[in-house]
Formats: sequence, structure tokens, C-alpha cells
Amino acid sequence: MSPLPFWRSRSVRRIAVQTAFIAILVAGLGLAIVTAHINLAAQNMTSGFAFLTKSTAWEMNFALLPVSRDDPYWWFMLMGVLNTLFMGVIGLSGATAIGLVVGLMRSGRNPAARLLGTIYIEVFRNLPLIVQLYFWYAVATSLPGPRQALQAHGFLASSRGIYTPGLGVSYGAAVQMLTALAVGGLAAVWFVTAQRFRKVERPARRAGLWAILGVTLATCILAAVLGHEPGTLWITTPELAGLSIKGGVRIQPEILSLALAIMLYGGAYVGEIVRGGFKAVGRGQIEAARALGLTNWQVFARVRMPLAFRAMLPILINQYVWLIKATTLGIAVGFSDFFMVIATSITHSGQTLELIGILMAGFLCINFTLAAVLNRLNRAIALKGNLVGVAT
Amino acid sequence: MTAQPYLSNRRLQRIRAEYFGSAGSGLLTLISLGLIIGIGWAVLNWALLRGSFTATATQAECMAKGGACWSVIAVRWRVILFGIYPYEEQWRSAIACAVVVVMTILSCLPVMWRFWRLAAVWGLGTAAFYILMRGGYFGLIPVDEQQWGGLALTLFLFVTTSVLGMPMAIGLALMRRSDLPVIARVTGIIIDTIRSLPLLSILFAFAIVLPFVLPDALTGDKLYRVIWGGALFFAAYEAEILRGGFQGISKGQEEAAKALGLPYWHRISRIVLPQAFRLALPATINQIVITFMETSLVVVVGFVELLAAGNTAYQTGEWKFAYVEVYAFISLIYFSFVFGLSRYGAYLESRMNAGQRKE
Repeated sequence: MSPLPFWRSRSVRRIAVQTAFIAILVAGLGLAIVTAHINLAAQNMTSGFAFLTKSTAWEMNFALLPVSRDDPYWWFMLMGVLNTLFMGVIGLSGATAIGLVVGLMRSGRNPAARLLGTIYIEVFRNLPLIVQLYFWYAVATSLPGPRQALQAHGFLASSRGIYTPGLGVSYGAAVQMLTALAVGGLAAVWFVTAQRFRKVERPARRAGLWAILGVTLATCILAAVLGHEPGTLWITTPELAGLSIKGGVRIQPEILSLALAIMLYGGAYVGEIVRGGFKAVGRGQIEAARALGLTNWQVFARVRMPLAFRAMLPILINQYVWLIKATTLGIAVGFSDFFMVIATSITHSGQTLELIGILMAGFLCINFTLAAVLNRLNRAIALKGNLVGVAT
Repeated sequence: MTAQPYLSNRRLQRIRAEYFGSAGSGLLTLISLGLIIGIGWAVLNWALLRGSFTATATQAECMAKGGACWSVIAVRWRVILFGIYPYEEQWRSAIACAVVVVMTILSCLPVMWRFWRLAAVWGLGTAAFYILMRGGYFGLIPVDEQQWGGLALTLFLFVTTSVLGMPMAIGLALMRRSDLPVIARVTGIIIDTIRSLPLLSILFAFAIVLPFVLPDALTGDKLYRVIWGGALFFAAYEAEILRGGFQGISKGQEEAAKALGLPYWHRISRIVLPQAFRLALPATINQIVITFMETSLVVVVGFVELLAAGNTAYQTGEWKFAYVEVYAFISLIYFSFVFGLSRYGAYLESRMNAGQRKE
């Protein structure tokens, strides 16, 4: 038997196929870059990231920190990322709260509550998020104008947004308080999940958690006191002043409708995950807990809830990543999230490729960080020998 | 839960125990039933009892009755369903929609679950849909894609995204489990990257950025670019679902096929894929349902599908007040598709589980 010719050898073929695969990918990318350069040259523009330091000359309708049209692109993008995170935090916590309630109703024994939960889930889960978003936006903008605003208990509702009573502190102090809360929350998560605190005794860990909470609250109160103008009221309520509304905190229709849509839609999905988590708890464990003489509440709080939480966390992680991505819908109603800032920057600056690259990098960072933190939490709380496989 | 001696009726006793077992449970029952009945009555009252159904009712007349003004649907339903498709040709659009519905129902029947039957139904159905909508053959007047809209465009996006996305998904899933390390790794990175990006940004990139980085010859119509973007996104998610299916098959199956000397393509198409699809079926249906809902995102890149057509239907001066009615109407359309499909998915899942219990 003569030896096989080299092109029929298995290892040569393997190398050839893989080289061809890479070559096709590289060729595609190269074609894109060359075409982009030709198109850029035709428009007399240069590629590169120099535009990031130029001022934008357009306005952002909502930002947590001061933004003006003279600020550079990078600052706008940072504000966009902050807005995305801000909406993400509101949406995720709202969806989790709603989901917990609905999921508990659905896994309880009361048929009336189960029915209500089922109706909620079927209605909100089976309608596209963007349809719900447009609906809530239409509702929010069809409220009466500021002069005929609806009033109740210090709240005002008008087509310009909902006004709630607010703390009488300066804007800077409010930002400092929010920052303190965010840092405190992150520190608490780190403290609970970090490997190095695993071995610490339970009372000491509890004391540590209380300490973090205390420091956070103290910082908030300090910021509030420093930012409060003496002689003014601590609580400001919104009031009609001529054609506009003064005082209180304004929640713009864009933020209101986006937050509401994400909370209600996400709540339906989280509710199903919560129900699945409770279903995964073995009957034997509940019966064993009952047989030990635990009260109903103890069975729930000490046995069912902790086990269900461990069962649902891996699926919740995916849902949270999905909900963070859903904040990009803000562009449909004009909420300046990261995606909308990038889209507007593309129309204004024309630096398409660079901006798309930044967009992708930004979302990869946000989602990978979120998934990594939650996976860490998942590993930290998993029962020994019972780890559900989650890729980091 | 003490048994009441004077309640001899067992059924009544059970209801009592379930609904009013304890004070808390009783309160929960009252609140839940109150909410269900209250909201249900309000909706019924608004939509039917006090609603105005005549096509000629004006805002004042509707207001006087105090309920829904369905007149807006009676007047504008053609815009909502067909967008700006030429008025005399809208029957074609209606038949095209019916084709998609029939196609979806057909592929839900277990009789059709053979590769060639499904491929034939979807291939022929998509072709029929395209010819009906686009025209130019059989004496039909050509209608440009830019004039497509409403429900017909939504269904077109849904069908083409799934038809293009499914083969891509199979390809990606096979490449990811390939034993050639470079291909497996790179495909894995591509899939993970696409999955961590929002669909909206992918649609945006395909609609607006792609013409900028591709030579003119490859650019194509904006509608088709958006469809390719949607299909790619669908494929990335579906590939992961299929990967789960692959992992559920025992290794022995493929090894046995190898030992029998079956070549790669036969191993995949006769042994691995059928079993993987069976395992991945519930998740696949779920993904298809999500794909249907996500067609509505194209409104952001400027297409007049069902949602956008609904927006234009009420945003003209005289109907501005009737937005709830319009959204209720399009919600009903989305809901019937999505709810039907997801119920079907749940039915399939229970059917498959029933089969496994017997084994």
C-alpha cells in the first residue's frame, strides 16, 4: 500500500480547514475596514478616537450629573452608561420585587391568589416589551398639562411627568447620597460573596454587614445635612407656580414609562423563575421540616426560601442580563441611555466604526461584570456538592 | 384548618379550607377576588357595555357613552393591518397573512415533523408570501418593499428571520462542537459576543452601519439587512439551545454511528440532529415566540410594522384620544399569536414528558 498523498492526511486537512476559516474571517473584516476607509476618505474624514475629546453640540435630556452641549463625547458616553445602569438598577429591583410577589402567589395554596398571579403573568409576558413601553408612554404624555395637573397627597401628575415630594437638599448632595448608596451596596455584595470572608464566624460576619450599612447610612445623612440650606424645608412638595411646577422631584415621562414597562414585563418573567425555584424544592425536605415541628413561617423562611433561591439564581442571572439589554429600548421614547447616546453620536460625528466598537465593548463589559458578580454569588451560596453548572 | 361538624358537604369544606384556611389566606382570597372582579368588570364595562362600535361615532359621542371608542379601529383597521400597501391590492396582503398562519399551524402538527415536509411547507409558504406581496408575477402589480407594512410586515419579518436563522443556528452549533479547536473557539466567541449585545444595537448596526462598511454591491435593501441581523441574533440564541440538546444525547449514540462507519454528515443528520431537536424543542418554541415579539423592535430603525402602523393610526389629529383602543387592538393580535404558540409549547412539553414516564 502506498502512503497517502499529503493532502489526504488528516492533520494537514485539519490545519487547512482552520486556516481557511480564519482567512475568511480576516478577509471579511479587512474588506469592511478598507471600505470604511474609502467611504471616510470620500467624506473627507479621518478615523480614530480624536473625536472623543471634541464637544458634542447637542443636548442630553436626562443625566445624573451635569451635562451641557459643550461637554466632550466621552463625557456624554459616560453619562449614557450611568443612565443605563441607573435604569437597570431600577428595572431589575422593580422586576425582582414584582416577580417575588407574583411567584409566591403562584406557588402558594390559595387558588384565588394563584389565579390572579396567572392572569398577571399571561398578560404581561405575552405582549412585546416595546408595545407595553409605547402604551405607558402614551398614557404618561396624555395626562393633563401642568396647569391642570392631577394632585393627590403631595404628588402631582401631568404630561410633563410625575412630581413627587423630595428632600430639600442640593443636587450635589443628592448625587453624593446616591453614590454612597451604590458604593455601600457593592461593598455589601462583595462582603457576602468574597472568598476571604467565608471562614469568618457568623456573628462577626453579621456585625460586618451592619457596619457597612451603618457607614453607608451615616454618609448619606452627612451629605444630606451638608447639602441642606438652613432655613428651608426638609421636605419639598411640588406646587404649581405660574405655568410650571416648582419643588419636589420630577420623574420624566420617558423614565417613568421605561421603568414601568421593564418592571412589569420583567416581573412576569422573574415570577415564573421564582415559581420554578419553589417547585424545585423537594417535597421530602418540606415534610421533614414540618415533622421537626417548625412553624409554617419557619418552614418557609428557613427551608423553602433558601433552597428555592439557590435553584433559581442561575436562571435569574440570564434574565437580569436580558433585562439590562432591554434598557436600550429607551431610544424608542427618547431616554438617553448608552445606546441612544451612541446612535446620536453616529449621526452627528459620523465616526461609525469607532462608535460601534465602543458600544459593543460597553455592553460586553456591563453584561460580563453583572454575570461574573452574580455567578460569584451563586458559587458563594451553593450547597456543597450541589453546584449547578454556570459558566463564568 | 379545623373540620366544621355542621358542614357535611365535602366540597364546601374543601373550598373553605383552600380559600379561607386561615385569617391571612382569607384576606388574600378577598383581595385577589376583589382585584380580579374589579378589573374584569372595569374592562368589560369600558370595552363592551359602554363602548361605541359604529364607524361614524365622533369623539364627543364616544365620550358621552363613557367607554371605548372602537370607531377608530372601524375606520383605521386597514392602516393597522396593511400599512401603506396600495389600497386596491390589500387583499393580497390579507392572503399573505393567512398563508403564514396556515404555515404555522401546519408545522405544529406532529404529522409534519419530517425534515422534508417542514422544509417544503416553509419554503413554499415563504415563496407564496413573497410573490403575493411583491407582485410582478402572474399579472400581479409589483409593490415595492418600502410600501409593505402592518401585520403583513410583522409576519414577513418573523417568517424570514426564523427560516434564515434556523440553518445558521445549526451551522453555528455544529461549528461550536467541532473538534477543530480554532473553529470551535472562534465560533464560541462570536456566539457569546452576539448574545451579550442588545438586539436593538444589532438591528441598528445592520440597518445603518452596514452600508458604510460593505461595498455597494453587497449592501442590499435595508429591509433584508435588518432581517439578516435579526436572523443572526436568533441563530446565536438557538445555537446555544441546540448545544444543550447535543449535550443531552449520550456519547454512545455518536460513537456507535462512527463504529458503523457512517460519514460525518450522516451521523449529524440521521443520528445527532433529530435527537437534539427533540430535546431542544420546548426551548426552541420559546425562542420562536420571543422572536415573534422582537419583530416589533424594527420600529426603531424606521419600519412600519404592526406597532408602528398602530402608532400612525391614532397619531392623526382626530383620533389622538383613542390610543388605548388602538394599543388594545394590536395587543390582542400579538397576544393571540404569542399565547397560542406558548400554550402549544407547554402542551408539547407535557406530551414529551408523558412519553418519557412510560419508558
